[in-house]
Amino acid sequence: MMQDFFHSGWWAVLWSIIKIVIVVVPLLLGVAYLTLAERKVIGYMQVRLGPNRVGFRGSLQPIADALKLMFKEVIIPTSANRFLFLAAPVLAFVPALLVWAAVPFGPDVAISNMNAGLLYVLAIAGLGVYGIIVAGWASNSKYAFLGAMRAAAQLVAYEIAMGFALVGVLMLAQTLNLSKIVEAQAGGGFWSWYWLPLFPFFLVYFISGVAETNRAPFDVAEGESEIVAGFHVEYSGMAFALFFLAEYANMIFVSLLTTVLFLGGWYAPINTPLLNWIPGLVWLLLKTAFLLYVFLWIRATFPRYRYDQIMRLGWKVFIPVTIAWIVVVGIALETPMRALLR
Amino acid sequence: MLITTILFYLFSAILLGSATAVITARNPVYASLFLVLAFFNAAALFILLGAEFLGLVLILVYVGAVMVLFLFVVMMLDINLTRLKEGFLSYLPLGLAIAILGVLELAVVFWTSPLGHVPAPAPIPANADNTRALGVLLYTHYLYPFEIAAVILLVAIIAAIALTLRRRQGTKTQNIDAQMAVRAKDRLSLVNLRGPEQ
Repeated sequence: MMQDFFHSGWWAVLWSIIKIVIVVVPLLLGVAYLTLAERKVIGYMQVRLGPNRVGFRGSLQPIADALKLMFKEVIIPTSANRFLFLAAPVLAFVPALLVWAAVPFGPDVAISNMNAGLLYVLAIAGLGVYGIIVAGWASNSKYAFLGAMRAAAQLVAYEIAMGFALVGVLMLAQTLNLSKIVEAQAGGGFWSWYWLPLFPFFLVYFISGVAETNRAPFDVAEGESEIVAGFHVEYSGMAFALFFLAEYANMIFVSLLTTVLFLGGWYAPINTPLLNWIPGLVWLLLKTAFLLYVFLWIRATFPRYRYDQIMRLGWKVFIPVTIAWIVVVGIALETPMRALLR
Repeated sequence: MLITTILFYLFSAILLGSATAVITARNPVYASLFLVLAFFNAAALFILLGAEFLGLVLILVYVGAVMVLFLFVVMMLDINLTRLKEGFLSYLPLGLAIAILGVLELAVVFWTSPLGHVPAPAPIPANADNTRALGVLLYTHYLYPFEIAAVILLVAIIAAIALTLRRRQGTKTQNIDAQMAVRAKDRLSLVNLRGPEQ
């Protein structure tokens, strides 16, 4: 599809823009309502009501928040590096949108159903860290800088484990194309999805996803009680909102990618005509919504990790576990156990 | 005009511009960010050529990992710009000599070898899977060079770790195993403040 685009005329450019709008507008709405869902879910878990003043039971709260953020002044500290200070939120936000180019929403339904989709996603998702590092440095503030240092170390550590987890998926599916990875999981319902043979990878990938998006309990980069708000402490208004949008768009992305890689994408959990009749997109979104709920659940349940324990978990637990399981999968693929995995 | 041609000139222009900026930027943080931009545009050129694997790996390895660590180090240095500029003139002859030598060598290569007259590449079939093609080549035809490269990298990793492994006297670190083994009764004792019931 990527090649088609480059070899055809301008209409292809227009068609791509239309596809981008079709993906990005619901995504941004999803981000807005994810913030409401987060406040509601955590509210109920803590026996509170959550926001309930704007609209019916608080249903217009995200709109009110967005308006407030848009009209707030963007304050630039005097000693900050003005250009990089304003560029950093953009650097964080753009990769969060770019990754969606390769995300499949159904068989061959994607902005670009590229062959190296998995690699593209891994490469672009790793770019978000620049926004955080640059924000921390350009703010010229101790807390922001500490937050940026923590985020950089954390992201580098967890990206390795994440990459190894993806190698496992690659070994079973024998393709880098995200659409084909889902199709390789078709067949027997939820027990033919990759979460079962690749269970350690599934756990490592999802937990690394939580760490990569700087969410609790790995939110030391923000760590309100230690370094105020970390890398975005000096930001206000729309500049802050862009960091916020990037974080939540990344959360949705990690949930959706976990669904695609380990939970059978758009396939129904049980392969019966009744469940198959429901459109695949519904299943995809339901699974994604469940994983997003797990994100919020984790945040409401666990206290923040200590920084050295985060590093220990990333380097000394996840990376050895993934390397060991790659060997297990490799041996399984070369023995009669192969039949079990396909 | 073909879109690919426009994109090629756009990416090349940004690539050359940012590469120049890497060596002319006064602030090292700017220099490393320009280097990121240069890598990114080089990757875009690879993808335009249909070499998506090479392009994406360039982003993944250089932009996603190497430059993050570069930036990490550069940001923590307190770099004095005036001291960096000291001795510019004394290094200039040597630098110029190396630059001219490099340009001459490249010119000789391009004028004398068929490299200078590369025919236009064959059109790439739509949806060519060059990741698989590259993998098949690396694990069959180029197996030994590939494995030797892997071993060299392994040696480099071990050497880098060995360089940082030094026991300093008087440092305090946590004993993680002891921390994990702690149970409530090791840290907590319940005391009856009322004393024995009457």
